[in-house]
Amino acid sequence: MNTPATDGRPGGQEILLENVSKVWGAHKAVDDLSIRVPAGTFTVLLGPSGCGKSTTLRMIAGLESADAGRILIGGRDVTHLPAAERDLAMVFQSYALFPHLDVAENIVFGLKVRRVARDEREARLKRVADLLGLSALLDRKPSQLSGGQQQRVALGRAIIAERPVCLMDEPLSNLDAKLRHEMRVEIRALQKKLGFTMVYVTHDQVEAITMADQVVLLNGGRLEQASDPRALYQRPETPFAARFIGVPPMNVLPGALLADLDAGLAAHKVGLRPESLMLADRGPLAARVASLEYLGADMLIDCEAGGTIFTVRLPGDHDIAAGTDIRLGFAPQDLHVFDGTTGHRRDDLAAATGARIAG
Amino acid sequence: MTTATGRTRVPMLIRSREWVHAWLLLLPALFFLFAFTHVPAVMTLWNSFHSTPRGRRPARFIGLDNYERMMGDPIFWKVLGNNLWFAFGTIPLSIGIAIVMALWVNDRLAGRGFVRMAYFTPTVLPLIAVANIWLFFYTPGFGLIDQVGSALFGWPQTNWLGDPSTALNAVIVVTVWKEAGFFMIFYLAALQAIPPSLVEAAKIEGAGRWTIFWRITFPLMMPTTLFVSINAVINSFRLVDHIFILTNGGPDNASSLLLFHIYETAFKYWETGYGATLTVAMLAILCALAIGQFFFFDRRVHYK
Ligand SMILES: Nc1ncnc2c1ncn2[C@@H]1O[C@H](COP(=O)(O)OP(=O)(O)O)[C@@H](O)[C@H]1O
Ligand SMILES: [Mg+2]
Repeated sequence: MNTPATDGRPGGQEILLENVSKVWGAHKAVDDLSIRVPAGTFTVLLGPSGCGKSTTLRMIAGLESADAGRILIGGRDVTHLPAAERDLAMVFQSYALFPHLDVAENIVFGLKVRRVARDEREARLKRVADLLGLSALLDRKPSQLSGGQQQRVALGRAIIAERPVCLMDEPLSNLDAKLRHEMRVEIRALQKKLGFTMVYVTHDQVEAITMADQVVLLNGGRLEQASDPRALYQRPETPFAARFIGVPPMNVLPGALLADLDAGLAAHKVGLRPESLMLADRGPLAARVASLEYLGADMLIDCEAGGTIFTVRLPGDHDIAAGTDIRLGFAPQDLHVFDGTTGHRRDDLAAATGARIAG
Repeated sequence: MTTATGRTRVPMLIRSREWVHAWLLLLPALFFLFAFTHVPAVMTLWNSFHSTPRGRRPARFIGLDNYERMMGDPIFWKVLGNNLWFAFGTIPLSIGIAIVMALWVNDRLAGRGFVRMAYFTPTVLPLIAVANIWLFFYTPGFGLIDQVGSALFGWPQTNWLGDPSTALNAVIVVTVWKEAGFFMIFYLAALQAIPPSLVEAAKIEGAGRWTIFWRITFPLMMPTTLFVSINAVINSFRLVDHIFILTNGGPDNASSLLLFHIYETAFKYWETGYGATLTVAMLAILCALAIGQFFFFDRRVHYK
């Protein structure tokens, strides 16, 4: 059933969601969602709070039933199987450690339930405890551990059974910034080493970009874009995706602002990242400086053009005062065009306009 | 000099006035506490070493005579045995039923509010009223139980409360019916305090309902079980109201419990000295049980 990885451990399994929906009352939490998580990869479900990430994950786990569609894990239709029979592991946002059991008992809980022999249990416990640096804490109760240690115990419980699929719901959101960074690296390394398929939920774009092989961006229960992190930044499919990734977010402006350049843009929207705009005396975009923010390495300038406010990020220090009129330019490949009616990316229009800038 | 003494005297006065106020405020509570708890407790102990005053003969010190009498009193041993059987019959059963009902009510099922209220109703009713209702259920021939029994299983007419072999058990059933709903409320609160993610985590780890209950839910409810079981033990010695209505301790003391026996001895036969001795014995038993329970549960209870 499992594809063996190189080191003899079970590899991951592919997860398929086919037109999955979940309705709460009149509210569609997940709306006709189809995703493919290739075996052994790290996929992040990303999106703003309330967009249906947790619901999606819980449907994969079997903690929530799907109202429509199918869920397949490793080619097996699990849509109607209970959680216990889906052969997966999960790390909860609250860690969900059993408070009355010590660390060792927490970690081997699943093995005991599945009646794994004692020797085997002990051997695996030792391996996992060494891997996660928990060896000295095995007989403590969860309440005697720090947040980071509790997190490790939850990880230990998830990986000890070497299940082909591991699900995590915002596992780092209760940790401080430094620990979060460490754990990010650690979880990613663990997943690479053990080779299981990971579905990881977060609302933090930095986590998504740094950890994922594939980012699945959700918005209001619908799939916005599923692609690798680079493509998500470089080629966002929708204005929502464009604005969700990148700090500060991409400026999505009325195409009419670039009408001088290409009259055909007037009916569409154009996207320009703050960092791809630059001062250019003969640039196509005229604007007035509204306010400035000096950040040391660079400056953030809020500009106003045709009644729209947008942000420009300029490297270094510039001697510009509020109220000045400036002209801005950008490289042809940095222009994104989104269709005025469908909202989808229009590379044909971007290429046409890009050609005029270059030419 | 004079000013110095004058300066110290004023705060002294104020301080002593504060003390007076404090004592005045405490006095009513203290009075009732002593009058109705401490003095009677000490008096009981005192009386247990004395004979019962009768007519012109005042009480006199008789040492351990009352205790010797108690040890040789077959009725004392009978009601003590009854009480133990009563405790063993009511406590595990009412706790078990309370847990099952709480699990049932805690699940998301239709009409949960109604079910919850229905279970709790016996608790709200006074024990006397409950006993009266059950008196009708138990009535030989046309009571609910006999009617259902004869219609469904063809049982013969039974005098549940009048037969020495069934009287105590019939009382036990009433008590369980009354107490289970009360204990359920505590278990329901305990269940609702368990984060759902713990149960979900256990499910993910492959645990079924049974395993989840025994490895997660039940251990996490241990503080409640301790609390409830101590209450149940005390209640099994303390609650005898329904005996007055149902059986009056009979037939032949078959359903008499310790406290009921104490009541009869002290206030029906007016043997206050011996009654005090029985009371001391009961208090000693209760103390021993409560302490024993604490030690028994101590290792098993996980407090948050
Ligand atoms: N048990 C539930 N009952 C009713 N509505 C729910 C329930 N769980 C989630 N929702 C709703 O579904 C939507 C998606 O929730 P969720 O998947 O938790 O979002 P996310 O994890 O992306 O923040 C939200 O609008 C939320 O209010
Ligand atoms: Mg969530």
